Amino acid sequence: MQDIKMGFNLEEWYAHKLQGDVIFKYTGSISPEMITHALDAVENSPLLTKERLQTRKKVYNVFVECMQNLYHHVDAPPAGLSAGGSPNFGIACLVHDGSFFRVTTGNFILRSKVNFIKDRIEQLNSLSDEEVRMLYRDILGNEALSEKGGGGLGMLDIVRKTGNKLEYFLYPYDGEHIFFSLDVYIS
Amino acid sequence: METIIREDTPKTPYVKLDGEKGVVEIKGRSIPENSVEFYKPLIDWIDEYGDDPKDNTIINIQLEYFNTSSSKCILDIFKKLELLFKKGFKVQVNWYYEEDDEDMFEAGEDYQSIINLPFKMIEMEE
Repeated sequence: MQDIKMGFNLEEWYAHKLQGDVIFKYTGSISPEMITHALDAVENSPLLTKERLQTRKKVYNVFVECMQNLYHHVDAPPAGLSAGGSPNFGIACLVHDGSFFRVTTGNFILRSKVNFIKDRIEQLNSLSDEEVRMLYRDILGNEALSEKGGGGLGMLDIVRKTGNKLEYFLYPYDGEHIFFSLDVYIS
Repeated sequence: METIIREDTPKTPYVKLDGEKGVVEIKGRSIPENSVEFYKPLIDWIDEYGDDPKDNTIINIQLEYFNTSSSKCILDIFKKLELLFKKGFKVQVNWYYEEDDEDMFEAGEDYQSIINLPFKMIEMEE
């Protein structure tokens, strides 16, 4: 079975994202327990243990933030998805891709959230390193925790730690859902 | 005041709140999904400690890494200690970071820029 809608093929997307040396891959329900196991697998991967401490910690930190972003923000997937039907459905992988480590996440969101996500990422991508740092301090010092606990810092922290722009795609899937694909590169 | 010790877990740090010595220690990693649930009892303890604090209070933070929801909670701890400092009690923050760990060093700088407390940045060798 394949999940293909409106020209977007989920299996092809996933296969494409797994190009490189795969350190971790997962498709299914995103839960705190799953994140704990994922981190354990990542920390024990021989592909990472040979890296210098700062790179390793950056990868762990960014990976956790990406996974917890998924956990807090995914919407339920379309009904009848062969890849999985859990309400917290998400896809994640960590790949060593050339000179980079790449964390990729994929999840369904409701169409109503598209503009918010797009504007948020475009805004973060438009900032210089110094602006990212200042905005981070501003939000840390002034804004209360959101209900989901992130305080609006998750994506910002990822951009700051990696120093790279977020790469994303929003694939229309059906009348209600968009598939949100996010690539984070760590050098 | 009662001393509280919490052993570390894969997602939460070792914590020691020692009211007799006036020492707070947070060590390890802090990446729980629900940071408020983990930190609220600690913040409540510091709140209560603030009613009858020691002349000198030391907080040692030695984190491998932490997630963004923990970052807000850590700030809340500093804010509680800042109140003591404003009342004239001595408070010292010791922020430990591993050699070459720029992210953790910068995180310490972030807090220094927000909080008015004496901060000592302590580099640890790998």
